[in-house]
Amino acid sequence: MEGCAQEGQVKLLGVDYSPFVVRVRIALSLKGIHYEFIEEDIQNKSELLLQSNPVHKKIPVLIHNGKPVCESMIIVQYIEEAWDNKAPNLMPKDPYDRAIARFWAAFIDDKLLPSTLRTFKGQGEEQQKAVEESVANLLLLEEVLQSTGKAYFGGDEIGLVDIALGGLLVTIQTVEKVTNIVLTDTQKMPLLCAWADKFCKAHKVKEALPDRAKFFELMSARRAKLTSPPAGNLKGGG
Amino acid sequence: METCAEDEVQVKLLGGSTSPFVLRVRIALALKGIHYEFIEETMRPKSDLLLQSNPVHKKIPVLIHNGKPVCESMIIVQYIEEAWDNKAPNLIPKDPHDRAIARFWAAFIDDKLGPCIRGVFRGVGDEKQKQVEESVANFLVLEEALRTNPCFSGKLYFGGDEIGFVDIALGGWLAFVKALEKGTDSVLIDAEKMPLLSAWMDRFCEADGVKEVMPDPVKLVEFICATRVKFASLAAAN
Repeated sequence: MEGCAQEGQVKLLGVDYSPFVVRVRIALSLKGIHYEFIEEDIQNKSELLLQSNPVHKKIPVLIHNGKPVCESMIIVQYIEEAWDNKAPNLMPKDPYDRAIARFWAAFIDDKLLPSTLRTFKGQGEEQQKAVEESVANLLLLEEVLQSTGKAYFGGDEIGLVDIALGGLLVTIQTVEKVTNIVLTDTQKMPLLCAWADKFCKAHKVKEALPDRAKFFELMSARRAKLTSPPAGNLKGGG
Repeated sequence: METCAEDEVQVKLLGGSTSPFVLRVRIALALKGIHYEFIEETMRPKSDLLLQSNPVHKKIPVLIHNGKPVCESMIIVQYIEEAWDNKAPNLIPKDPHDRAIARFWAAFIDDKLGPCIRGVFRGVGDEKQKQVEESVANFLVLEEALRTNPCFSGKLYFGGDEIGFVDIALGGWLAFVKALEKGTDSVLIDAEKMPLLSAWMDRFCEADGVKEVMPDPVKLVEFICATRVKFASLAAAN
């Protein structure tokens, strides 16, 4: 009854392989919101993207009834608030719990994501340092699950932090495969690994995850470019 | 009925006198008329209370409400709004899209502008100049937003008729920016190039609730100059 009239027109500008886009797709899927996915060519950005996100010119952008919303976790909060009477609720009700959820979502963006990227792009000592940081960051998230004893960061159901981390999951797992480095060790992080398993299989989440094989190809190619010696480079090592 | 007495005793803010992030929280608490105990953190060494309340980042500000810590300045500001949502003024708009816009600009200030300002603070020579130019460019984006964004244009504040989320995000930086301009002999907010932003700045600094919590400008310039001398000598020693 509510469904389509409330939804209005929903478009999502994005690409398949971006963890930021995946987050938004997960949120839309969980809420059962129908939308038009507009695939962007990052090398040749559309007019629509440039108009909708003139400040950053980045995806994802959600366009709801013609009004754009940018930045993945801002979009996820927007989806929760614009469809707040549609289950499931992605944010807790209590102000303190909300502050904690926002804290960990920010931690994932400000700490875990950069260290994962440095693991992917780095070599030698730099990469080793990035690996140690990523593992330390993941262990903090393991501790959160230890202290709550719940299946999800959101409690019994998927919430903001699950989406923030979940959007990154395929990226993290692909980085591990491509670099041949274990970041999510089942012995050191049993709860986090169990969470990852459960999350990826969850109803309405799995449809939103990117194609792993394609993503692996893409990341392998990128890593190969990063690690191949540049032509005509006379510099020594280090 | 209004549990003011209770609230007052139960709200503590761990902070310092020079931090723009702490100032944001002080502004929000002042606007809401919330009394609190201010606990000055010297950061050298970091107190046990700080290390226990913010074990992940070990940073100020930390708001402790009824014994429960909230970290990260703009997360604290959202918490203050939500925990005291029936206390005027409202710091965040009600409409989901307006909220998304407010969060977007607060994120812009944190992700783009803040690092440049810090770069001016820490930088020397060419690097400092580059950071000055980038800061100016980011301030110009905000000037443009004030001029053309329908959410802000023609209004007294980013929040409309009253100070709101974006005003607090940017306003927390003002005292530091002014002191930094003096301390580094640079211009970041140019009244000629940024007339709307300059007018907003004057209005904001004079507003009730804000002017009472602004730090001593002379002490702030001294702090900035003394710290820059330290940075320079560290750089020379390396």
